[in-house]
Parts: sequence; structure tokens; C-alpha cells
Amino acid sequence: MLAFVVTTILCFITYLLLTTGSGTLGLWSLEEILFGAILSLIVGFLARTILIKDNFRMANPVRWVIFIVYVIGPFFVSMAKANIDVAYRVITGRINPGIVKISPDLKTDLGITMLANSITLTPGTLSVDIDEDKNDLYIHWINVKKKALEKKPVDYKYVCGTFPNWIRRIAE
Amino acid sequence: MLSEIVDIIVYILLAIGVFFNLLAGVGLLRFPDVYTRLHAGTKCTTFGSIFICGSVVLLGLKYWIQGNPEYSTLSIHTAGALIAILLTNPTGAHAIARAAHRSGVAPVRAIVDDLKNKTVEKSAKKKEVKK
Repeated sequence: MLAFVVTTILCFITYLLLTTGSGTLGLWSLEEILFGAILSLIVGFLARTILIKDNFRMANPVRWVIFIVYVIGPFFVSMAKANIDVAYRVITGRINPGIVKISPDLKTDLGITMLANSITLTPGTLSVDIDEDKNDLYIHWINVKKKALEKKPVDYKYVCGTFPNWIRRIAE
Repeated sequence: MLSEIVDIIVYILLAIGVFFNLLAGVGLLRFPDVYTRLHAGTKCTTFGSIFICGSVVLLGLKYWIQGNPEYSTLSIHTAGALIAILLTNPTGAHAIARAAHRSGVAPVRAIVDDLKNKTVEKSAKKKEVKK
């Protein structure tokens, strides 16, 4: 029941965001609001078991705040660094690639997805494959450091900095 | 006066975005193999798109504040498109890289390849168990 309510409300908010500026009732017209409500009820009923699988861990607003801080702060900074780094390698053509394995020790599916996407968008790294038993990631690294190869699997500090700690706070 | 300053900021953001998207194109031509090309294709296009979408959002906000509420659609839809790009671009790159490695494309000039030792049959077996 709670899953149905949460899904319906999220659908309704999304519908309202996509139809702003359609009328005089605030930003919306009465028809859009009524039709959006009916559609969200239908979608909320159909999709209630898909959006929320086991528990309401992600409904905690503190996690959302940490997520926003993470995206604006360390994530955006290292994304800017990544782009300057790739720009340098595009212009000079100096590359030293390889595929390494890291074990970030995250347990949930959402956490490992967020980490894989963050890794792909940040300095010179691209997630290639995942070991589903232990949630280890295989990373294609455009400029492998000699120092990082001394230990296997490679320490994740060299590849993605403090991202796993942030994501552990958000998703676990 | 303020409206002109906003216009100039919009132009600067557009220029930065176009510059990074251009770099992505140059990178696609210069890099030697599929993995390094994906590096150029994901990072630079996403970063460039952030700036281009940012300029459109800013322009929409400007018209919205000046008294045209229908321009709010421009801002909000572009922000939605940006979120979609941020989610799908790395996921697509991941899928392409994984497919390339499974079909036997080795990274060019690689000094280490940990993934070579992982067998594909193992994960196929796991899927059968799940069914």
C-alpha cells in the first residue's frame, strides 16, 4: 500500500514538472492536473512492485542531501579534472592503457550502479565488466600508474578516490 | 542591462559546451582502439552537454522571469534531458565496452589486462541457476 502511494506521488510530481505553463491555475490548467492524477493512479498501481523492491532505505531525506552534495562537490570537480585530462591526451596522444580489477566492497545493486556510472564519468577510467559474486569492477584505465599495480586487486584509491565512501553513505 | 549580461553568460556556456563536444570528435579520430575512443565519447560529450543544457536552462529562466510562463517548459524539459544523458551515457558506454571485450577485442598497447582471466561461462551458468 505504501509502495503504491509513493509511486503515485512520484509519477504525479513528474507529470506536473513536464506540463508547467499550460494554464492559469498556478502554472497548470485544471485538465492537466485531473488527467495527471488519473494517469498517476493507474501507473502507480501497475508499477508499485517495480520501483520499490524490498525496503524504504532510499526514502530518507538525509541520503538525498548527501547525494546532492556528492554530485555538486567531489563528483563535479573530478569530472572537470577528467575532461581536462582527456583533452590533454586527445591533443598529445600520450596513452598508457590497461584493464584493472578493483573491489570497492559495496553490497547493494543501486550502490554498485552509481559507482560504475561515477567511474565512467571521471578521470581516465571506464567500467568494462562486473563480477556479480563479489561486486568487483573491471576498469579500463587510460593511464595506468606503475605504483598501483603492486597489489592485486588494485586499491580503489588510485582509480576513483573517495567515491566508494560517499556512495556507502548514500546507498547502504 | 541584466538581460544582456545573462545573454553573454549564455553565449560563454554555449562556447565551452561546443568546445568539449568538438574535443570528443577529435578524440574519436585520434585514439587507437574502441576503449580509448569510448573515453573520449563519454566524458567529453557529457561534460559539453552539461554546459549546453545549462545555457538553455538559463535562457528559459530569463524569459520565465520576464513574464512568459510558457518558457518554464523549456527549462524543465532541458533539465530532464540532462538527467537522462547523465544516466544513459555511462551505461551505454559500459554496455559497448563489455560487449567488445566479450567478442574478443583486446585493448591496444595495454600493459595489464585483469579481465582476460575471467571466464564467461561462469556468469552464464549463474543466469541459468537464477531462472
